[in-house]
Amino acid sequence: MANQGSRLTRQNLHGWLFALPGFGLMVMFVVIPFIFAIVFSLTNQRLISPNPTEFIGVENYSNLLGLGGLVIEPIKDDEGRWVLDSKGEYKYPRTRKFTRNNPDHPDIQGMKEWFSWQWDHKKVVVLASDPVFMKALVNTLTFVAVVAPIQSLIALCLALLINQRLRGINIFRTIYFMPVVVSIVVVSLLWRFIYDGQNGLLNSVLASLTFNHFEPVDWLGNPDTALGSIMVMSIWQAVGFHMVIWLSGLQTISPTLYEAAKIEGASSWQTFRYVTWPGLRNTAILVGIVITMQAFALFAQIDVMTNGGPLDSTQTIVFQAVERGYGKQDISGGSTLSVVLFVIVLSISLLQRFLTREKN
Amino acid sequence: MATLAGDNYRLRLALRYAVLILIAIIFIFPLIFMIVSSLKPDVQLLQDTSSLRAFLPVGDISFDNYKNASERAPIGLFMFNSVLVTGITVLLSLFFCSLAAFSFTFLSWRGREVQLSIIIATLIIPFETIAIPMLLLVSKLPWLSMGGVEWGWLNSYHVQIIPFIADGLTIFLFVQYFKDLPKELIEAARVEGASWWQIYRSIIIPLSGPVIATAAILKFLAMYNQYLWPIMVTQEEQYRPVLVGLQYFFQLNTAWGEVMAYLTLITLPVLAFYLVLQRSFIASIASTGVKG
Repeated sequence: MANQGSRLTRQNLHGWLFALPGFGLMVMFVVIPFIFAIVFSLTNQRLISPNPTEFIGVENYSNLLGLGGLVIEPIKDDEGRWVLDSKGEYKYPRTRKFTRNNPDHPDIQGMKEWFSWQWDHKKVVVLASDPVFMKALVNTLTFVAVVAPIQSLIALCLALLINQRLRGINIFRTIYFMPVVVSIVVVSLLWRFIYDGQNGLLNSVLASLTFNHFEPVDWLGNPDTALGSIMVMSIWQAVGFHMVIWLSGLQTISPTLYEAAKIEGASSWQTFRYVTWPGLRNTAILVGIVITMQAFALFAQIDVMTNGGPLDSTQTIVFQAVERGYGKQDISGGSTLSVVLFVIVLSISLLQRFLTREKN
Repeated sequence: MATLAGDNYRLRLALRYAVLILIAIIFIFPLIFMIVSSLKPDVQLLQDTSSLRAFLPVGDISFDNYKNASERAPIGLFMFNSVLVTGITVLLSLFFCSLAAFSFTFLSWRGREVQLSIIIATLIIPFETIAIPMLLLVSKLPWLSMGGVEWGWLNSYHVQIIPFIADGLTIFLFVQYFKDLPKELIEAARVEGASWWQIYRSIIIPLSGPVIATAAILKFLAMYNQYLWPIMVTQEEQYRPVLVGLQYFFQLNTAWGEVMAYLTLITLPVLAFYLVLQRSFIASIASTGVKG
């Protein structure tokens, strides 16, 4: 018994010793910064500040997440008629009148207009404490919602294409994967030439395809096209990575299953539907999770291509976190954004795990 | 009939290749544009983007951009820094992560499960979200003080290396691989009186070629392409890696030919490395997916 005990203790000691450097470094440089982020988000910490850091509770979060609504009646003249402007449209009092020191509206004090629309003759205004964050949030979620499914699907199509038995197929596989090894910063710089508003490659191609009927677009300078352009480029850069993951999944499917399907006379769609797809279940889960997490971390493309503009149309959560935490040295503000992002990523990965759980 | 079927087959084959080649063009054209443009003077470079000439080395071709770029920025120093930081991080990461994974997989000790689950949980923390608290952390950390001179973390090689030695993905890859190794090997060695270090050193590591290649390649790509962290921590030229060096080329008047030359210089080594080792590269990405 004594011998057994001492052997176990020695294993304990060795176990600790071997794991310690790796685990210690992870605690030091991942866990502690992460805990710091949570702690800072509850304070007014700045990188350099003459004032001492104070605990301020959830104020950073309410400054970030606060939402309000307002329904504004058009301005009436003395006789109770609506005043119309020169274009024949209603005139409304400025939103500022309600959100700045207005004792009737304490709940929306200090908020700014996020967006608004007209409803009958009234104007409905959605207010946010931090409209830039709200835009960043919506852009990030849009980016994930568009890029994750499209990129997975294109990657799967490429994997099926590359999985054919053809001479020289390895050359194509090598080329399709190539953008993955190039830095996203380099890729973003190159694509600025493609998207350029005057002589851009994309505009030139579209002009020659339509015999010069195409009006040149400043793809990154136009709020309607900027985020979409970044999506296309991001898919182009990363799709090879996921193609290879799909490919490895495809190659684990036993060839006998395909032979059986052939003997049964299955069409290629039926073969895909009943043999290939069921065999790719685990791969699909993995690809989904990896793409979602990469998409949430969207930063370098924005930093190199648009800096969040034009008109905040390409702001993202990570870009804002870095701009506030590093650019403006507002550590607590940047940390709050990081924690919010983490909570979103965590809930989505839990949701994905729940949706794809093994059904017994 | 036979020739008709043969023609049909040949047509379908040609169609397949046409699709494959079209997609290949989509994936390769920006890189060709980069290399070709690096040989052209600025005026021609910008004019050529409106035609197919953008992809052809025609007109006034020279290596002037490379010469001018190397005068504008200490490219050799930046390359050296990148290679040094990447190389050391990859080596240390392989050693410490495999050692930790060895302990998690083969030794039974108190606290093992807790530590491993913490490490797996960190996989969903994007680096960008902890970069700012980490910046504050390293700015406060002491490093060495000798002869009254205090050396901190900012502006150094170690600030670019130490935080990235241990990472959840590398440990996870090693654990997954070690789990499939036969346990009997280890038991037999224990019976013969081998120490745990000897087992790690002489049995496990020699069997781990594939996972070492995978981990090394993924770490290499991540480190060489680091961007946000080196921008924040290397204010001084002496320690800057290649991607931070890009800033030298974006001043009042951007000389695009020089930018292209610089991009080509920092990208070609990676591409060459990839083309030589492409089987391992692709196998390494694929192996992250096998387990699901």
